[in-house]
Amino acid sequence: MKVSYFPGCTLKTKAKDLDRYARESAAALGVELAEIEAWQCCGGVFSMATDEIASKLSCVRALADAAKQGQPLVSVCSACHNVLKQTNHAMQTDETFASRVNNYIAPDAPYHGQTKVLHFLELLRDEIGWDAVRAAVKKPLTGKKVGAYYGCLLLRPSKTMAMDDPENPKIIEDFIRAIGAEPVIYPYRNECCGGYVTIEDAALSKKKSMQVLDSAQGAGAELLVTACPLCRYNLDKNGEGKLPVVYFTELLAEALGLKED
Amino acid sequence: MTKNERMKEQILRTSGVNPLKCMRCGKCSGTCPSYDEMEYHPHQFVYMVETGDIEPLLASKSLYKCLSCFACVDRCPRSVEPAKLVEALRLMVIRQQGANHFKADDIPALVDEEIPQQLLVSALRKYSK
Repeated sequence: MKVSYFPGCTLKTKAKDLDRYARESAAALGVELAEIEAWQCCGGVFSMATDEIASKLSCVRALADAAKQGQPLVSVCSACHNVLKQTNHAMQTDETFASRVNNYIAPDAPYHGQTKVLHFLELLRDEIGWDAVRAAVKKPLTGKKVGAYYGCLLLRPSKTMAMDDPENPKIIEDFIRAIGAEPVIYPYRNECCGGYVTIEDAALSKKKSMQVLDSAQGAGAELLVTACPLCRYNLDKNGEGKLPVVYFTELLAEALGLKED
Repeated sequence: MTKNERMKEQILRTSGVNPLKCMRCGKCSGTCPSYDEMEYHPHQFVYMVETGDIEPLLASKSLYKCLSCFACVDRCPRSVEPAKLVEALRLMVIRQQGANHFKADDIPALVDEEIPQQLLVSALRKYSK
């Protein structure tokens, strides 16, 4: 299976492990992540303003490129996925927005949200399947107590993201089980780490990150997994070494026997 | 049309929000992770826009405390989605000439070795035009 792949800015710089282990794991599971040509940064955040158009064009270009290839568009970073999916939804449902965008970027064929936008976790669950993942595991992470940290962007706004139950998600817990580890459910797994506001108010993001870490530690997690470089940065920086935080792709590659320890 | 009426119309158009749907249950503020840091809370944004009490919101630092976490958007039982009002008000400020809240020149003093590009891009998108 071949899919279009949108890595995003941070996966080329500070989050190379998120990218590298996604590619290697996908290949081991029989999926080729074909990086789209000349992709541009998604912007990191989706503007909720209906009259904000220019900042959403880079996503539409990526989505239209995948449509041209007739492939789903996969990303690994929570933020990229969120912005791509919300932009795609706007192209499907907001004709004023879609017509302005199409007039401006003039794609080969008018784009109206045809592309299927998938997060890498959805690729694992819906296209590859947990059974196939489980069957490919060479070094199961038996006994490891792993907390899933969803944060905000994978799940919300849930009507658009439609990945999982926004208040009681299980996709990452299912992933943790598939690689042989034990998921730890804790209350703050879908609450915010402080996000980009860390640059405006560092104390706020420290407070938010600590709530998440205390919650996870209290429930018995030994480490947290995330799909978001910003979540990882906030939790690492503010956590004072409370709990290790790794990308889910690192654990996947480890379980598949692709990662040297 | 008064200045307040003009501003209200612009905010409602940019946000796509209908404040009249609000039943004042307070769930948005109850779930807001920035509640303690805000001078005006999400439910107050809804009420104050509806009543045209907009100037205090435009002048408030609360505009820059919203984490865009979509908690109030997702959990509002009436789909009012207060974060969209916060976004529209913040844009009303920063879209003015010279009113950026965060500038590229501010970045060198704030970065450390580990800071992800994603953070800087997001902050620039939210805080400047």
